[in-house]
Amino acid sequence: MKRSKTMELGVGLFMLAGILGLVFLGLRVSGLSLSVPADTFTLQANFANIGGLKPRARVTMAGVNVGRVSAIELDTDWYDARVTLELDGALEGQLSRDTTAAILTAGLLGEQYVGLSPGGDPETLGDGDTLTDTQSALVLEELIQQFVSNMVRD
Amino acid sequence: MTDTPLVEVDDLHFSRGDKEIFRGVSMRIPRGKITAIMGPSGTGKTTLLKLIGAQLAPDAGRVRIDGQDVHALSRKALFRLRRRMGMLFQSGALFSDLDVFENVAFPLRVHTDLPEPMIRDLVLMKLQAVGLRGARHLTPAELSGGMTRRVALARAIALDPELILYDEPFVGQDPISMGVLVQLVKRLNEALGLTAVVVSHDIKETLSIADYVYVIADGQVMAEGTPASLDVERDPRVSQFVHGEPDGPVPFHYPAVDFYRDILDTGRQR
Amino acid sequence: MIPRVIALGRHGCDLLEALGRSGLFLAQSALGWPSREGLYLWLRQMHFVGVLSLAIVLVSGLFIGMVLALQGYTILIDFGAEQALGQMVALSLLRELAPVVAALLFAGRAGSALTAEIGLMKATEQLTSMEMIGVDPLRRVVAPRLWAGFVSLPLLTVGFSVVGIYGGFLVGVEWLGLFEGSYWSNMQASVDFIADVGNGMLKSLVFALVVTWIAVFQGYDLIPTSEGISRATTRTVVYSSLAVLGLDFVLTAVMFGGLS
Repeated sequence: MKRSKTMELGVGLFMLAGILGLVFLGLRVSGLSLSVPADTFTLQANFANIGGLKPRARVTMAGVNVGRVSAIELDTDWYDARVTLELDGALEGQLSRDTTAAILTAGLLGEQYVGLSPGGDPETLGDGDTLTDTQSALVLEELIQQFVSNMVRD
Repeated sequence: MTDTPLVEVDDLHFSRGDKEIFRGVSMRIPRGKITAIMGPSGTGKTTLLKLIGAQLAPDAGRVRIDGQDVHALSRKALFRLRRRMGMLFQSGALFSDLDVFENVAFPLRVHTDLPEPMIRDLVLMKLQAVGLRGARHLTPAELSGGMTRRVALARAIALDPELILYDEPFVGQDPISMGVLVQLVKRLNEALGLTAVVVSHDIKETLSIADYVYVIADGQVMAEGTPASLDVERDPRVSQFVHGEPDGPVPFHYPAVDFYRDILDTGRQR
Repeated sequence: MIPRVIALGRHGCDLLEALGRSGLFLAQSALGWPSREGLYLWLRQMHFVGVLSLAIVLVSGLFIGMVLALQGYTILIDFGAEQALGQMVALSLLRELAPVVAALLFAGRAGSALTAEIGLMKATEQLTSMEMIGVDPLRRVVAPRLWAGFVSLPLLTVGFSVVGIYGGFLVGVEWLGLFEGSYWSNMQASVDFIADVGNGMLKSLVFALVVTWIAVFQGYDLIPTSEGISRATTRTVVYSSLAVLGLDFVLTAVMFGGLS
């Protein structure tokens, strides 16, 4: 059977383009990272209210991505939310013990993420440690309620 | 061995929907001879070939090729048997995505492991036999009707079959192509010792090459014999068909009510 | 009344019979792929089915992405949430529009061509003569086409998504002046590779199977006349479109509707 080189080339390019497109969808659109962070370490943080935080949400420090939320569960000792953070291994032993974690919102209606702010304690956090100083998500209804009750008191 | 017929058709019954096409057809097709199956249009001659090739299954009766009941074979065994058969279709049925050379090479490529130079030689031999060696690079769309049939013939004989089935090989051909095809059918039979079954209603051409003739009508074998014996057959139906008379026992008119009453009845019916 | 019930019953039986026949047909063809020369036959069909559908799919994808961005922008700006445009464009495309629209275009472009081609081969006795040569047309003719369609449509869907997201970028960022970083970062924050890209691909695989199956079966099963071919071609487009849209609802309900 006669074989046409241009046709074979066309099909090859077509399939290659499809695979590259899938890679594009993975990296650029879903934000997967090729360099899987080989070494990460985890921190725990308890929040009174996480609002709309979801697993896989970003964890930032000074606006820079440093990790992601790997799990959220209810802590039945305190009945608050226990959030597990997976952080870049380079930060292990660098964050001071009094680092604070806050749940922030990107824009008014954007997605929620965890923001870390450094403290001043010379002692540092290691793998599996717990952040004690946390700030819950802002819940719009609670804010309004507070505002209204303040008005009534005045 | 050579005395037993290659194809035996035994009391074949076949119907399509409510219409009975065959009601007990039996025939013997001897080896190395050209057997013609003739009959008016619409009597199911092509259907008979399809039954012999086991593309259709009969309601009752048997078809044996070389002693094997073709309708009882497994799919695999049937395909193996078909390698020993060639069939020439009315339309030629060339593969439209392949050129002439590849069409003839097709059976060789799928059924043999021959090296490329040998396939080339075989294909050129077959094309030479039908006189179209020069047309090997044409595509089926560029061929005339007669050439298409000749290429199809070359393809049908590519694997040197023992049996070749011709479905209306002469129909719709100009006199020259018709003559060429008649010659080819005859020559292949003589040179290769092929057993041939020719289904046709071209009386003159078919009778000129056939060794034995079956005439079928109304789902049954109406007459059989050598061309010479059929020529003097006295049965009026056979005689009408063989001599091509327009009216006779097979009426010219489709069954209808009396002509005068039909004309004079200016009623509602169209 | 009774004759209607009988007619209904007959229709039901016919439908079941056709389903059974086409199921057997699918099984026989799909298993017939690894034959001699099979790979090359498949490659040829990839060209006819896939490469030749690329242009129409990509152009449609670009326009749909652009329209999504334009429409989405006018809605989102009312909520001051125009930075979520990237998210909206990407999710609509990946989950819904790319698999469905690509499948509909594929049914019109490649499916109808497959039906007509196989139908023509049947009408000109090519399939019968292949059988007489001792070659199974299901393996030789149908299987490569089935597999080519099955592989092509998901690839075309990926192309559709990529081009659509780029089209959204063109309109949102280059034309409407959205900040480029927020287009991509919002998208990355909300799109999950498995849940969104993966499920979209799964949908596309299902559609690919159904559309190609309908197309080759209609071609193989038609009445071999010119009228039969034209009817079967129409049926391919109608049945595939309905099947794609109906299945899309079912799949969406299972994948994203919280049912499981």
